[in-house]
Amino acid sequence: MFDTLIAGLLRGNVYALGAVGISLVFGVMNVVNFAQFSFFGLGAMLAWLFVAELGWPFWLALPLVLVICGGLGLLINIAVVRPLAKFLPLAAMLSTYAVSQILDNASQIAFTAEFRAFPKVLPTSNFHIGTMRFGTSDLVMLGITAVVMGAMAAFLKYGKTGQAIRATAQDQEAALQMGIPVSLVQHIAFVIASALGGLAGVFIALYVGVANPTSGLNVGMTAFVAATLGGLGSLGGAVIGGFVLGILEAFGIHFFGDSAREIIVFFVLILVLILRPGGFLGKVPLLSTEPLTGTFLGKGRPFTIPRWAWIAAAVVGGILIPVFGDNYLLTTGTQVLIYAVIAAGFTVTAGQAGVLALGQAGPIAIGAYTSALITINLGIPFWVAVPLSGISAAVLTSVLASPIWGVKGHYISIATLGIGTAIVAIIRLVLPQGIYGIPMPSWGDTLLATPVAYYLIDFVALVVTLWVMLRIRRSHLGKVISSVGSDEVAALASGVRVRDYKALAFAISAFFAGIGGSLLAHQYTYIDPTIFTMLMSLLVVTIVIMGGVGLPPGAVIGSVILIGAMELLRFTPELRIVVYGLVLILVVRFRPGGVLVRNA
Amino acid sequence: MSTPLLEVVDLARHFEGLKAVDGITFSVAAGEVVSIIGPNGSGKTTTLNLVTGTIPGHGGTITLEGERIDHGDTARIAEHGIARTFQNGRVFATLSVADNIEVGIHSTLDATRPFRRLSNLFALRWIPLIAELFVAIVGTPGSRRESAEIESVVATEIHRFEARLGSRRDDPAYSLSYANRRRTEIARALALRPKLLVLDEPTAGMNQSETAEVLAQLLELKAEGQAILLVEHKLDLVMTVSDRIIVMDGGRIIASGTPEAVRTDPAVIEAYLGRRRGAEEGATHD
Repeated sequence: MFDTLIAGLLRGNVYALGAVGISLVFGVMNVVNFAQFSFFGLGAMLAWLFVAELGWPFWLALPLVLVICGGLGLLINIAVVRPLAKFLPLAAMLSTYAVSQILDNASQIAFTAEFRAFPKVLPTSNFHIGTMRFGTSDLVMLGITAVVMGAMAAFLKYGKTGQAIRATAQDQEAALQMGIPVSLVQHIAFVIASALGGLAGVFIALYVGVANPTSGLNVGMTAFVAATLGGLGSLGGAVIGGFVLGILEAFGIHFFGDSAREIIVFFVLILVLILRPGGFLGKVPLLSTEPLTGTFLGKGRPFTIPRWAWIAAAVVGGILIPVFGDNYLLTTGTQVLIYAVIAAGFTVTAGQAGVLALGQAGPIAIGAYTSALITINLGIPFWVAVPLSGISAAVLTSVLASPIWGVKGHYISIATLGIGTAIVAIIRLVLPQGIYGIPMPSWGDTLLATPVAYYLIDFVALVVTLWVMLRIRRSHLGKVISSVGSDEVAALASGVRVRDYKALAFAISAFFAGIGGSLLAHQYTYIDPTIFTMLMSLLVVTIVIMGGVGLPPGAVIGSVILIGAMELLRFTPELRIVVYGLVLILVVRFRPGGVLVRNA
Repeated sequence: MSTPLLEVVDLARHFEGLKAVDGITFSVAAGEVVSIIGPNGSGKTTTLNLVTGTIPGHGGTITLEGERIDHGDTARIAEHGIARTFQNGRVFATLSVADNIEVGIHSTLDATRPFRRLSNLFALRWIPLIAELFVAIVGTPGSRRESAEIESVVATEIHRFEARLGSRRDDPAYSLSYANRRRTEIARALALRPKLLVLDEPTAGMNQSETAEVLAQLLELKAEGQAILLVEHKLDLVMTVSDRIIVMDGGRIIASGTPEAVRTDPAVIEAYLGRRRGAEEGATHD
């Protein structure tokens, strides 16, 4: 019992450090900084490099890690976040999400994905109180945190710069008017937050005893939930949130096992968002004061795609490739088609309803597993399984997401990310092994197992998807959903039940994600939970943003470029993600309406 | 006397101790134009926000045609028949002028939105949504007929502002001038065929000729029998168009009545000339 409590405190310690960084940046910049998440992984890996590989003393390594992380943070702010200040915060959030993927995978390329044993710098169980064991290492970590937090509090309360940070957090405009160098303040906040992230990363490595480049995301999500729990922007709240969550989690793991971790975090997040969206210490924002929803693009006129281009695309995709393409091209083409289905279905959520959902891997996984299970166990034919998978993904995701539609802006993106992560976590809990032997489709007695047959099936699926999406877009319903993304308050005043239509848009997107998942499962004939990663969610978002979030045909172009080109260039998976991230950052920065939209 | 169209009794709302609206009571009859005036911060816009459910109230009742509408559900209040515009003009920036107006029609549609009554039942809300999706994709004879009606309402509302919006029908709203956005907003509100039209400073930021245009339009609506609740700073316009004027100060109603009665009310003059001077004069008079 006390062991669990200690474990909770130590976990909470890490989350508190991370949460303070997230809250600090959110306070002064109004941006949820996903890049922060990566510093947890990066801090751990750098410390491992210095201590385990290079044999440097820990007391030299630790400050060096902090300096490197802080410096990287500064670089990110200058290069990526600050230039987006004039756009909606959503644009900056998306870019930091891309940065975090780039950092994680660059670090994976540098350090490989292996779990590295982290050396015991200090004794870990040299003290006993009754049955409770703990070590110097634990005391030092808690001590450092206490000192850091104390110093931060004093700095914010009494320091000139600290005052400037608080002023900026309260009112950026006014702070600027008073002569506070707001951009410098934001730089400082970013540096502090990144260094804290690095520190938290080192602590995780110390505590768990292993370091891994991709561990950042999980810790980052938890730290974000902690920051939300405490009230985004409130540093005291972040500390409390961190410890509360750490202890909750430790007890959860104690009773339900390690795989329950993500699920616990997710449910805490949803509960907080529903019951007290402002967190313990934050203020609940008034309905109309947080204009964070909506698409950050908006301005700009889409190119009209001429009829001949449609016909040309249909001829190339539907005739030339199937007739002349080799198996490699057809297999790649099938991937392009499947992702185009998923992305085209996603445009109604990301573009029209203005909900930037970050967890589409969730419904894709549901679709894939539904299809695999019902074709193998119930003998249901492929043709029936595909639509059923779509329905199952739509229904299950909608039920899970039903509480979040009153939530706004950043929170909704984070909540959808949490839902996606939780879905995959639940699948991993229930079906940890992969599923083999998912049948290829057949027609009567003919097995349609050739690449060309499967390509054509998916081509038809894409044509149907585009037809449906364009029908919706042109209908009254489509306009109503767009009004929700454009201005929620005005939509409500026009009699539009905003929450319902967001949920409907999300369900439509989940349906097509489920269809896509089913098609993927039958193409691979094997699935396991590691396929449905954050990468997949990021990919869907990047495709859609590249093509122009509101435009279903744009999704096809985005898919051709991001899936087709990457495959044909034979990039490694890690390098691909780095490229996706870069593309996302560049598109958000220079072509916020997507490649098909002229800038206004 | 029959029940008034809108009846507000003892309505209150505070913001962290500040009583923005402090127990006000008023009504609007069918076909009547009622204006709320008062100094900045007197609670006018808050009153509108409360009536339209944009923000929840802290006490009091609001009824429309005898039916309670103070449930705080903005979309349902719109369905009851209250349409509004906003102080700074909120249009759907990415939608065209015609589509903006079409969204305004939303709550009057039936064939396009089958089973929409179920929308108010929490557990069954998904049924009308799925039905609406189905109709949007495949269409039904009824929905096609209704589409034609939508077209005609959009045409009527654009025609109302023909000189200004006629040529901009398919342009996205963000490309419009400020005044045209506000016209689009009014057109969208009218497309709802509201029992009560709520306008929050329709002439804010407009020059003299644009203001005159708004006045002409308001008089036209009044002649059509449209009931209007108006918040407005330009007193000439208010005096011309209103049947009745409510004067607010410090979250309370300090006077109400016909334009003539209000114009000469000493409390109103005091509120408008400034409290301090009024108070000093009051002290010497005492």
